[in-house]
Amino acid sequence: MTTPVVTTEGLEGRLRDLAPLALAAVVRRHGNFADAEDAVQEALVAAATSWPETGEPDNPLGWLLAVAGRRLTDQHRRDDARRRREQLAASWSLGRPDQLSGRDDTLILVFMCCHPDLTPGAAIPLTLRAVGGLTTREIAAAFLVPEPTMAQRISRAKARIKQSDVPFALPSPEERPARLRSVLHVLYLLFNEGYASNTGPELARTDLSGEAIRLTRMVRHALPHDPEVAGLLALMLLTEARRPARTGPDGELVPLAEQDRRLWDRALITEGLSIAAEALRRGQVGEYQVQAAIAALHDEAPAHAETNWSEILALYTLLEQMTGNPMVALNRAVAVAMVHGPGAGLELLDGLAGELSDHHRLHAVRAHLLEELGDHDAAATEFRAAADRATNPRERDYLTTKAAAAGGPRR
Amino acid sequence: MRFMLLQNYGEVESGCAPMTEWTPEEVAAHIAFQQALNEELLQSGELVDAQGLAGPDVAKFVVSDGVGAPVVTDGPFPESKELLAGYRLVDVDSPERAIAIAAKASAAPGPAGEPIRQPIEVREVLAAPPDPQG
Repeated sequence: MTTPVVTTEGLEGRLRDLAPLALAAVVRRHGNFADAEDAVQEALVAAATSWPETGEPDNPLGWLLAVAGRRLTDQHRRDDARRRREQLAASWSLGRPDQLSGRDDTLILVFMCCHPDLTPGAAIPLTLRAVGGLTTREIAAAFLVPEPTMAQRISRAKARIKQSDVPFALPSPEERPARLRSVLHVLYLLFNEGYASNTGPELARTDLSGEAIRLTRMVRHALPHDPEVAGLLALMLLTEARRPARTGPDGELVPLAEQDRRLWDRALITEGLSIAAEALRRGQVGEYQVQAAIAALHDEAPAHAETNWSEILALYTLLEQMTGNPMVALNRAVAVAMVHGPGAGLELLDGLAGELSDHHRLHAVRAHLLEELGDHDAAATEFRAAADRATNPRERDYLTTKAAAAGGPRR
Repeated sequence: MRFMLLQNYGEVESGCAPMTEWTPEEVAAHIAFQQALNEELLQSGELVDAQGLAGPDVAKFVVSDGVGAPVVTDGPFPESKELLAGYRLVDVDSPERAIAIAAKASAAPGPAGEPIRQPIEVREVLAAPPDPQG
């Protein structure tokens, strides 16, 4: 094993770092992912309870494997299934030597948990538990659902994997690009899920963006030469860096143009820039790298007015060609407006009205551009249309406030 | 994504008699259906909450200007059919899935086990993550 790149502090952190290694070892010996995953969770809980009293064992991973193995044996005894017990005994005694390659093990688990057969809603909590070492309770709290509901979601995800008969191995070279896309998509969604406010009742929630970054670091450690993995990590770091400036004192949303850039996290920006640059040098451009490059241009600008908009426009044009995604086209329209003026941006929006007419962001962008042109009444109408369609409470508050300001009495 | 599935005291599309006029077996079957649906949604990992509310007769309306004593109006109310009777809060993968659950709830059994075709109001909860572009 190489030195762990992903460290969380304290006992909990060490246990979470060990979680995927223990799980992979147990799956390899036992063959059943679902049961192994339960057993390892129990072993982790047992360690968290007893280690503070007894002290950490000399071989923590060995300790976890022994406890998980006992749990499995106990469970099979309870099942009273002689056949399975015999099988298990046989599998233990066959005992293929552990090839403790932490990197591959983690990667196999990530590929398994982010299998394209699973919806992101199932893959995300499973990944957090099996690879991230979080408990069901922590995951349930993070997603604001009751613990039994989350437990069911995870166990159904595991049942689905069992049905699909995914072997506990790295995907074949043919399968690999598609499987990796699925992994990166799940991690990207997890990051966005956590990119919420850091005030109010959400304070107690597990930091999902932080978890997404941690997991993406693990994947990058296992695949150090993949430029898209690096691109995604850079994108996350460069976006996360802006979090402290993204909300005001009362949790209200502060748009990029109005953020106090002194609050941005310089260490994250430096790291993100360096990872993005290294990835782009490989010359295999992908969508996450392009998004990271756009985030980098924002993060490097000393002020909103000094942003390199023509470069951002070029990158959005490339990204639109790569993805055909209407949301990207919308962001490109913003860049066009910054380079060629609000009128040019508005013209592009008309072409998107069909696809995105129900999306709040189309109306919000149009409202901002109309406001710049001085058409306050039309801007107010569009801000209201955006507020009606927003699905995030803070965005709706922001848009409602903007609508009131644009529609209010003029001096 | 989260959706509230709301049902009120209004008339149901089947036009069946109000529940107070059903046989005990019919009432029991209806309640069992609702509980089974909750259990199903728990097993599918989608149920966040499900609650029934006390009836319109004990509902109160409160109005205040923040200074004087609040005005509290007791029921019954002439517009009681518009009051909320209960809700389910579900966390699902798609709007289509929320509609499928609502359809199931709407077909709850009534007299003679016939679906009552209760209108279910489907409302998305403002809980989506914000746009990270900002």
